[in-house]
Amino acid sequence: MTGGPRLRRPCSSITRTWAALFVSITLFGAAGVAVADAPYITLASTTSTDNSGLLDEILPKFKQASGVDVRVVAVGTGQALRLARNGDADVLMVHDRKSEEKFVADGFGVKRHPLMHNDFIIVGPRDDAAGVRGVSDVGQALSTIADEKVPFVSRGDDSGTHKAELRLWTAAQRDPSEASGTWYRETGSGMGATLNTAAAMGAYAFVDRGTWLAFKNRLDLEIVVVGDPRLMNPYSVILVNPERHAHVKAREAQRFIDWLLSPAGQKAIGDFRVNGEVLFVPDAIAAP
Amino acid sequence: MESLLQAFVTAFRLLTSFDADLVEIVLLSLRVSLMAVFLAALVGLPLGGWLAIARFPGRRIVIATLNAMMGLPPVVVGLIVYLLLSRAGPLGWLGWLFTPTAMVVAQFLLIMPLVAALSRQALEDLFEEYDALFRSLRVGTLGVVQTLLYEGRHRLLTTLLAGYGRAIAEVGAVIIVGGNIAHVTRVMTTAIALETSKGDLPLALGLGIVLLFISLLLNALAALGQTRASETVTP
Amino acid sequence: MTSILPLELRGVGFAVNGNELLADIDLRFEAVDRTMIVGPNGAGKSLLLRIAHGLLSPTAGEVQWHGPRASDPSALGTQAMVFERPVLLRRSAQANVEYALRCVGCDREVVTEKARAALAQTGLLSVAERHAFVLSSGERQRLALARAWALEPEVLFLDEPTSALDPSATRVVEEIIEAIANAGTRVIMITHDLAQAKRLGDEVVFMNRGRVLERAPVDRFFDAPTSQEAAAFIKGELLW
Repeated sequence: MTGGPRLRRPCSSITRTWAALFVSITLFGAAGVAVADAPYITLASTTSTDNSGLLDEILPKFKQASGVDVRVVAVGTGQALRLARNGDADVLMVHDRKSEEKFVADGFGVKRHPLMHNDFIIVGPRDDAAGVRGVSDVGQALSTIADEKVPFVSRGDDSGTHKAELRLWTAAQRDPSEASGTWYRETGSGMGATLNTAAAMGAYAFVDRGTWLAFKNRLDLEIVVVGDPRLMNPYSVILVNPERHAHVKAREAQRFIDWLLSPAGQKAIGDFRVNGEVLFVPDAIAAP
Repeated sequence: MESLLQAFVTAFRLLTSFDADLVEIVLLSLRVSLMAVFLAALVGLPLGGWLAIARFPGRRIVIATLNAMMGLPPVVVGLIVYLLLSRAGPLGWLGWLFTPTAMVVAQFLLIMPLVAALSRQALEDLFEEYDALFRSLRVGTLGVVQTLLYEGRHRLLTTLLAGYGRAIAEVGAVIIVGGNIAHVTRVMTTAIALETSKGDLPLALGLGIVLLFISLLLNALAALGQTRASETVTP
Repeated sequence: MTSILPLELRGVGFAVNGNELLADIDLRFEAVDRTMIVGPNGAGKSLLLRIAHGLLSPTAGEVQWHGPRASDPSALGTQAMVFERPVLLRRSAQANVEYALRCVGCDREVVTEKARAALAQTGLLSVAERHAFVLSSGERQRLALARAWALEPEVLFLDEPTSALDPSATRVVEEIIEAIANAGTRVIMITHDLAQAKRLGDEVVFMNRGRVLERAPVDRFFDAPTSQEAAAFIKGELLW
């Protein structure tokens, strides 16, 4: 046992293991950071277009036609506008006409192109405590909900859907914010999270049809109010102004807009279906 | 109950099918979080070691700040990194926003204080044990930090695992600075958030179980490496 | 051979918050003799040793090395210390010795050689690869001695190196200290074991309540202590 050939030295072998681990992590990480840079543009859009599956359907078609990748950042309309204002996106696809027009007027966007529309609906619990099922006037439906003080879940997140909902409350001469925290619940979250909340609470909610059709966790919820012309939900597409932000990929982004507005793009939108239902109606088929 | 059961079925299906999208998401998650841990170790461990032995006015304030930063909400870190990396921000010219690099930066800022604070604690205990020896052998500051990092390697590995855990599990920061872009910046947690927002709770939960499974695997690997390294030694 | 000795402590004192733990220490250590520092608990023995070794700075007086090499009393081959409880690193026995050698700037090529020589001299070669934390307490203290010895110190400070050991381990450690001293190292050691002081020492420094009360050759100290306190201490009567 005395002396003898030395076995391995524990310290140095551990050091070597650590070194190997560190080097491999660095390479692994660096590989991830240096993603091959195919040409791409960044689209700031809303959860309603993304969650419904529309973008998954049409973007590959554009990629095929142009070779350009579209990276989608799906947030609320309010946040999408802020991203674009900071120059963090090349194209906007949102649904709140007033703020879109302001965005263009302020010089952040080049031009607002009407693209497509779908509609909003009000969903509620099957037992319909407020008794608004089938009411064709959305203002009356909302008034009833407010009078009955039945739970209503709102986005409360400054999104396009939230703003549309607020406009309808105003038109019905109600101010639900006074009741915030009682029967009127503001989640401050995306459409999906809001629907999850409504489903769990058995509450009413204001939602775009696209998200609703793609939404799986409905529990007791079903459509109760639909069809009022004021429930129309128009989407438009806007190029972020390259004069404001020089790095905006205006050429590729304009190409994307042109494609969306072209017969091919409009057809792709019109062809998109969930469970056989048309979700978005194209608005820009060039009138001959 | 039904959803939970469905979630396990979904998780099992996801794990066994090696779905290409899932593999991509898992690899990106690992890539981003391991890189963040690596960088946090590179900065946080020496910083913790130095704080363990250095005595200077304001040291307590630095330590208290680090300890407080351990509790920083990821969303806040995400917002700060967004404001820095936004085209309108000071580092916008880098073009890092909505890339995995931005996610690494956010997670690094999230866990570096944790690594530094926890290693400071562990190494200060060790320093008390070895202080006399270091003085006797006239070891310089750099040598002391080096030695402490080596002597504390087991506890530091646990610290790094804690950092990794915080990094891989957080969603608030990466969803803001990464944007949850499919095939580019979508990681496990943002995918879970997305599926939740689509109301696909079983799929979301299934992904969560996959995440748990991967973390378990990594911890087991680390534990294995640790026992092999120490060879039945009680530290 | 150039030396750092003699070591001189002049008017050394140490106070914490006005509490005087050491006072008026005047000691000079020449290059010969083995010094045993004895005294009751709380006498300030450890503190004195740490100050002499340079781990602590005195709050009064000064510590000076007067030898030709005194300008660098921390270089390889000058001084080393062994503590009551061996402070070992979490690595193999041999790596512990190698670490100390590297710290004092030993030539890289001979580190392993020197470490193994020191382990051989302390009978630890068979456990050289073993983790320091699985060694018995006797082996651990021998390892601490091997580490100190490897540094080829001119002065070796020992702080009760056998207080936690059983009789047989104590004997082995004493033999090693003997060997180190015989090889020419100046030993300055604290012990609470008077028989050990007799066995290993040439002279005794007796301390009580932070002061040196007596310094004498071993025989004279035990046969005819000059101070009342030392006499009481030798008889095993407490001094409080």
